[in-house]
Amino acid sequence: MARIIVVTSGKGGVGKTTTSAAIAMGLAKKGHKTAVIDFDVGLRNLDLIMGCERRVVYDIVNVINGEASLNQALIRDKHCEQLYILPASQTRDKDALNQEGVGKILEDLKKDFKYVVCDSPAGIEKGAHLAMYFADDAFVVTNPEVSSVRDSDRMLGLLSSKSRRAEQNQEPIKEYLLLTRYSPERVKLGDMLSVDDVQDILSLHLLGVIPESKSVLTASNSGTPVILDEKSDAGQAYADVVARYLGEDRPHRFIDDKKGFFGKLFGSK
Amino acid sequence: MSLLDYFRTSKTSSASVAKERLQILVAHERSSRNQPSYLPQLQKELLEVIRKYVNVEQDAISVNFEQDETQETLELNIVLPDYHPKNT
Ligand SMILES: Nc1ncnc2c1ncn2[C@@H]1O[C@H](COP(=O)(O)OP(=O)(O)OP(=O)(O)O)[C@@H](O)[C@H]1O
Ligand SMILES: [Mg+2]
Repeated sequence: MARIIVVTSGKGGVGKTTTSAAIAMGLAKKGHKTAVIDFDVGLRNLDLIMGCERRVVYDIVNVINGEASLNQALIRDKHCEQLYILPASQTRDKDALNQEGVGKILEDLKKDFKYVVCDSPAGIEKGAHLAMYFADDAFVVTNPEVSSVRDSDRMLGLLSSKSRRAEQNQEPIKEYLLLTRYSPERVKLGDMLSVDDVQDILSLHLLGVIPESKSVLTASNSGTPVILDEKSDAGQAYADVVARYLGEDRPHRFIDDKKGFFGKLFGSK
Repeated sequence: MSLLDYFRTSKTSSASVAKERLQILVAHERSSRNQPSYLPQLQKELLEVIRKYVNVEQDAISVNFEQDETQETLELNIVLPDYHPKNT
């Protein structure tokens, strides 16, 4: 049975698109046919992070309006043939997405794909609502910072009351915490909320901690999801996340400040 | 723990302040999330009724809704103004 995953946060700029690209690629590389959808209508960016911006012809709004078929709009990833991208449109029309249209697309994708990853826009408006409405699983992307944690909690409230599962009294959406842009050094100095601090407040199932990493910028510069940079800390952390989501038991890494003298001297990757 | 760490942690860290503020805020927001939607209107109308009889401030009345497994409680709290007996 196909599963719909929403990558959400409430707050903007916390790493949803980075995460969506990474986990979609991770799932596909494990052999699962995966589609990743950009719900950020008006601010399309997933195509850039996935490196397929020049191959965008049709987008999700074209499909909803019947101007293109789903198959025409889906872009096959150049690194992995199990992975497809459905781009957002650049229209400024706020009502371009509607529940019926999105529901239809997701139903169609579920017939053919194992996982559908929905990259939510920031905020709690229509786009964010539609990205999470049909979800089976939610990856709540949170930075160790007050406003992000608060917004994540707000989002949890919406997931458990305003989703289809909630409205139809089905089993609730499975919620997972993904703590990103984490700096063990700053946590050690007492400048940053720790994993445990955030867990004490949100008490979610922790899927992984993604360290603050230069490799994320490098990856986005070249348009390759960071998970493909297997040497990087962030890439490895995302690989762990995917493995854990698929049921593997992996110890958490990148949580402690393990850098010795040389690490400090040369900085992290 | 090194000596340096000792000095660093001897004052309250900004992260622990952040955590404490978040715990209070999130608890508050969660409880108001589960409140029935009629609560603000109820509060407004109650205030109007009470003001017919007692001259209370706008914020003198609070309505709290709490829920556990077995029951739902609606708690109404009215702060009456200090009563100063008039000099005769
Ligand atoms: N682990 C990380 N380390 C360093 N930088 C990161 C990390 N994760 C994300 N970033 C950077 O943070 C910025 C925002 O990331 P991203 O676009 O993924 O966030 P978003 O939640 O999708 O934003 P929006 O809400 O605008 O859609 C980007 O510049 C990205 O490179
Ligand atoms: Mg984004």
